[in-house]
Amino acid sequence: MALLQVQDLLLSFSGLEVIRTLDFAVEEGSIASLIGPNGAGKTSVFNCLTGFYRPDAGIIRFAGKSLIGRKPHKITQAGMARTFQNLRLFKSMTVLENVMSGMHCRTSAGALGAVFQTGSQQREEIRIREVSEECLDIVGLLSKKEVYAGNLAYGDQRRVEWARALATRPKLLLLDEPAAGLNNDEKKALIALILRIRDTLGITILLIEHDMGLVMEVSEKITVIDYGRKIAEGTALEVQNNPKVIEAYLGSEEEGDFL
Amino acid sequence: MGNSQPLSSWADWLKPQRNRMIVLMILAAVAMVIPVVANNYLLEVLTNAWFYTILCLGLNIVVGYAGLLDLGYAAFFAVGAYTTGILTSKFGFNFWLTIPFAVGCSMLAGVIIGGPTLRLRSDYLAIVTLGFGEIVRIIARNLEITGGASGLIGIERPYFFGIQLNQGIHFYYVFLLLAIAACYVSYRLQHSRLGRAWQYVREDEDAAEAMGIDRVGVKLHAYVIGAMFGGIAGCFFAAKMTAISPETFTFAQSVLILLGVVLGGMGKIPGVIVGAFALVLFPEVFRGVGSMRMLIFAIVMLVIMLYRPEGIWPRVKS
Amino acid sequence: MSNLDIILQQLANGIILGSFYALVALGYTMVYGIIKLLNFAHGDLYMVGGFVGFVFLSALSGLLGTSWAAITFSMVLSMLAVGLLGVIIQRVAYQPMLNAPRLSILITALAVSMILANGVMAVTDGEYMAFTTDLGYDGLDFGNVFISYTQLVLVVSASVLMIVLTLFVHKTLYGKAMRAIAIDQDACRLMGINVNRVIALTFFIGSSLAAAAGVMAGVYYGSLHFSMGFVIGLKAFTAAVIGGIGSIPGAMLGGLVLGILEAFGTQIPFVGSEWRDVFSFGLLILLLIVKPTGMLGKTEIERM
Repeated sequence: MALLQVQDLLLSFSGLEVIRTLDFAVEEGSIASLIGPNGAGKTSVFNCLTGFYRPDAGIIRFAGKSLIGRKPHKITQAGMARTFQNLRLFKSMTVLENVMSGMHCRTSAGALGAVFQTGSQQREEIRIREVSEECLDIVGLLSKKEVYAGNLAYGDQRRVEWARALATRPKLLLLDEPAAGLNNDEKKALIALILRIRDTLGITILLIEHDMGLVMEVSEKITVIDYGRKIAEGTALEVQNNPKVIEAYLGSEEEGDFL
Repeated sequence: MGNSQPLSSWADWLKPQRNRMIVLMILAAVAMVIPVVANNYLLEVLTNAWFYTILCLGLNIVVGYAGLLDLGYAAFFAVGAYTTGILTSKFGFNFWLTIPFAVGCSMLAGVIIGGPTLRLRSDYLAIVTLGFGEIVRIIARNLEITGGASGLIGIERPYFFGIQLNQGIHFYYVFLLLAIAACYVSYRLQHSRLGRAWQYVREDEDAAEAMGIDRVGVKLHAYVIGAMFGGIAGCFFAAKMTAISPETFTFAQSVLILLGVVLGGMGKIPGVIVGAFALVLFPEVFRGVGSMRMLIFAIVMLVIMLYRPEGIWPRVKS
Repeated sequence: MSNLDIILQQLANGIILGSFYALVALGYTMVYGIIKLLNFAHGDLYMVGGFVGFVFLSALSGLLGTSWAAITFSMVLSMLAVGLLGVIIQRVAYQPMLNAPRLSILITALAVSMILANGVMAVTDGEYMAFTTDLGYDGLDFGNVFISYTQLVLVVSASVLMIVLTLFVHKTLYGKAMRAIAIDQDACRLMGINVNRVIALTFFIGSSLAAAAGVMAGVYYGSLHFSMGFVIGLKAFTAAVIGGIGSIPGAMLGGLVLGILEAFGTQIPFVGSEWRDVFSFGLLILLLIVKPTGMLGKTEIERM
């Protein structure tokens, strides 16, 4: 069974339908992509998956459990982590502190533990730090762990977001336009990183991306949506040659005649 | 940013743990021996300053750490004071036995008021707490058990190992110890998993939520712990004064405590202590200001927000 | 007095009280609608408005006496003066804070509120000021229900102000700009709307409506005190929330509803007038929990 199963997803804002009956699935251990022209509803799909929007109808099953109506933090706890399209770091905190936020849902020490410095609280603090440092190491930012996140270069800030998402120990990682604003070298590093996260950590990946080169290179399955509806699905090659996809991206030929 | 400030040189010197410990030890020693040399007046003023330190540190958890504006903090202080007052004067409880009740009632008040409102926009919380503060005061004014407008009198002073705490010096040490405990608890919380969670939520609620942090739960923790500080302070306040009246717990009181937090720089323990002392010492030093006190405080608060939102305590981080 | 009489009398009282609430709530809601700021100082502008009106009335009384003409004239002058004060407050205190964290701007608003209240306290020595008029106590007497002419005039003038405001917001270009800025400030800026000027105008209108209510309250209650802005500010906020914060018709409706609820609420056995404020603040808290969008408010869609 698929790790993530979306059926008949429907979302509207005061009558305006943003997502209309969308179906797709992500297999465990795969790298899948969700693509489509601007305003096709991709980020809205992510927001539904992670509990920030409540869909009007539809089924979202993750690891066998329904996610509908669950709060975002519960969904993260269930093993789905996300990054944001426009970076949402805790800018006045250090890189390490940012990444430590991910471990919050995997730990449990409370106020009493903190005040009385109990043994389990101390051990937990050490573990939070260790896991966070490991995650920073994976994205290659360990050397900058004490820098304030807001002072980092753009590309590094993106990597902090990935490390932070990894620290939540996810089964599925949702990346919202990870390549936006990156230069060619950084994109190559990103591709390697995505593959490494999947291959060595076994984390399934779903990404939204505009950079077709990247999408075609890493994705095993691509779902194309337009106006909130799925118009094509398949491997990179299949999607590339699908006339509907070409039409959605370039406009139809008839329209071209009118121009 | 902070480096351009003239104060930052000694702030930088305070960075290493060792230097900080030295300063702390000296300050603690001074605080401990002051009663030997101080006259009654000075002792009373300093006791009051320690008392406000506890209240300000409690509110600091809500405002400074969790970033929530509470405009009715005096209500928790009132709940603590009245719980102790009623239990000792009407039911003959031993003072020490009332502490768990005072703590329990103030925390319960925190849950009742915070539980439903913390999921709302943060500015709604400000106004709800404002309304709550007034409700508590009006209730205290109009119930028989709280002594109505004249309040409660004859609250018995507690005994400690056979000695009745009835002198200025006794309460100086009581409030000093409580203030030290409040500092310790604040410090531990700030540097814990919960303290970091407060900061995440304060900086970006959505991102914090996406990281698996229960936004409402974390805020409720801050709110209830803050309420507890207020409750404990109120409980000892009742024991010290032996009489309490609703006019102690007005909106102006809540604003005063908030000012202490803002003055010192929200979220910074030493800053908040300085703020609390400034609050108490200012009207003592400038006796002439009299009724203009709140006006001057309000202007100071505005100027701080406009020109130095980080408060008078310098930023150590850069 | 029969039950029906009590009901009618309380209804009349409620409508009068409610029209004050509505006038103050309007300013609250307009400012919130346009820059999402809870202007704590708004209730204090109402108080300042009352005092400024009092000062003008005292100055004019030699010339015009304390008749309706003098009152109207001082009310207009007070509206202009306090409207201007509102704009100054916005420029000095709120403008620099537009991009600051929410907490800072709320504390700033609180500071402004305290400065106004304590400033007036310092000037008046914390004393009550008698707002004397020679309007008399005549009125319409329907057997057991009595409505004074003063009350009638106050309700009518409040209604006129609200009608004028509604027309302004819906029929003029400035009104349109105001509604547009409430939706998307950045887009308006790109469209070439002078956003700062429209915000200033909003503060001006909101503050002068509060001032009008302040003068009316002075006439109605016959006295003024520096602390009167605090409670009315909370009440007006409650009214704005009942109607749906950000909505202009909502504020008017909310004001009336709150006024009437309070009038009847204090009639419930064992709930004397000393519990009136507990009643309305309790209502506010309950409402925020059950239906924070109010009666006419729109649900906000949170976007990432």
